Amino acid sequence: MADAVAQRPEAIKAVPVRHPGRWVAAVVVLAIAAAIVYTIAAAIQSDLTAYGSGWAAVGHYVFHRLILQGIVVTLELTILAMVIGIILGVILAVMRISPNPVVSTVSWFYVWFFRGTPVLVQIFFWFNLNLILPHIGIGIPFTSIWWQVSTNTLITPFMAATLGLGLNEAAYMAEIVRAGIISVEHGQTEAAQALGMDRLLVMQRIVLPQAMRVIIPPTGNETISMLKTSSLAFAASVTELFTRQQQIATATYAVLELLIVASIWYLVMTSILTVGQYYLERRFGRGTQRGLPMTPFQRFRRMLVTFHAPPPATQAAPAVLPSEHR
Amino acid sequence: MAGTPMVKAESVHKNFGRLEVLRGIDLEVAPREVMCMIGPSGSGKSTFLRCINHLEKIDAGRLSVDGELVGYRQQGDKLYELHDAEVCRKRSEIGMVFQRFNLFPHMTALENVIEAPLRVKRESRAIAVDRGRRLLERVGLAEKVDAYPNQLSGGQQQRVAIARALAMQPKLMLFDEPTSALDPELVGEVLDVMRGLAEDGMTMVVVTHEMGFAREVGDSLVFMDAGVVVEAGKPKDVLTSPQHERTRTFLSSVL
Repeated sequence: MADAVAQRPEAIKAVPVRHPGRWVAAVVVLAIAAAIVYTIAAAIQSDLTAYGSGWAAVGHYVFHRLILQGIVVTLELTILAMVIGIILGVILAVMRISPNPVVSTVSWFYVWFFRGTPVLVQIFFWFNLNLILPHIGIGIPFTSIWWQVSTNTLITPFMAATLGLGLNEAAYMAEIVRAGIISVEHGQTEAAQALGMDRLLVMQRIVLPQAMRVIIPPTGNETISMLKTSSLAFAASVTELFTRQQQIATATYAVLELLIVASIWYLVMTSILTVGQYYLERRFGRGTQRGLPMTPFQRFRRMLVTFHAPPPATQAAPAVLPSEHR
Repeated sequence: MAGTPMVKAESVHKNFGRLEVLRGIDLEVAPREVMCMIGPSGSGKSTFLRCINHLEKIDAGRLSVDGELVGYRQQGDKLYELHDAEVCRKRSEIGMVFQRFNLFPHMTALENVIEAPLRVKRESRAIAVDRGRRLLERVGLAEKVDAYPNQLSGGQQQRVAIARALAMQPKLMLFDEPTSALDPELVGEVLDVMRGLAEDGMTMVVVTHEMGFAREVGDSLVFMDAGVVVEAGKPKDVLTSPQHERTRTFLSSVL
């Protein structure tokens, strides 16, 4: 038995299984993609605009001042709406699981209403609120303490769009956060309670941090979605990216060219968000996996390496954390 | 028995819906006593332990810890439910160790231990960290302070969980089958820590299947079945000469 270790047979060197089908599929897919891209590219090339060919117009407008200004507004809208959505969503989710029936019913009703009506309708509603409510005020009944402001001053078009998008988003975020809270094992709450922590502390220190792992991927998804949904602010005449390209397109007749310009920017922004989301997930995965998951770059590299190899079995991720156990 | 008992149960009843889990538990745990509770699963021992720590509410009878009623305040002959804040304060004086450890996975061992002293007792960080390190050292994990729970073995996790409970300087420790989720070779290290605690005079109620531990460390042994205490006494007496048929059957099936 002792020399069984010494007599370890040499490592297996076998001819790997070939996968010709993968190469055929790659060629076919590439051919179809090339045909589609070429057709559209050529059509735009032959389109005559004020700047020459269609591509010249795209090149002219892609860094145009008005477009760049529109991008800034789009980003502002997205960030503000998501901030409102996330903060209100967390509050609504915690309210929803509250033992207080009044509080949980309010939350249920909010989600039912704001998830049940189109966001476009909600933006329009805020935008046109001044038609029925010229002034908005608060005061204390039976006293002369009264503060009011003209609705048009308070709810600018930008504000109407932010409110519409943010309040609607809160309803979706509430459900996402609630799913995250439910996903945390009940033993965690019990252990925290047994240490004397109250409901708020348990939520804030123990449950929510762990729920983040479940909350972040769909929230990233929502943010990416919001970046594009913010184009509905068009309805409130907010000059964000979509409205800007629309205005220029109407003036120059370079309709498809400007849609391409807008699409390029939407793609750039969503791509950046996708990468950001990835690193956020790694951050909150702390303590839940033995090793950190691979970065997109590491995965891409592996994909190149394994393209003609058999599908990789669940290969251990590179261990960054010291993983000596037992 | 002189002085107030640490735990006193008088005819404690508990039901989940129509299922009666506890059907009249009477027992006393004196300060510095180690009481072990054994019995088949479903006999109500874990539920009783959870009642002591307000994790479950009792439906009838009286249960008190250190002379104070659990979950209620008595004025005259009327009972008033306790506010959440009072329940939290009482829980903070009782340490509890769970079968499945329930360490906070997003915190290191030290962070697990200092969390409640910092947030519940509002101790200064320096004091909490200092005691946390000493406690982790005491359970033999001085070099694991910065490890996350999933980098620790089950036995190590359970020892961190014990240190976490001790960090609140409890007057009573409850153990709910602390070694049942462990690989056999890891049971010993956890029992050693518990034995040390008992020697230092900690009052402990231990729900366990470790008969050896109950015999050596326990001051008293309670055998529960179907929601009642069938037999109680000195561990050696109960284990070697059980008086009831039900106890004999149970013991012969586990020993």
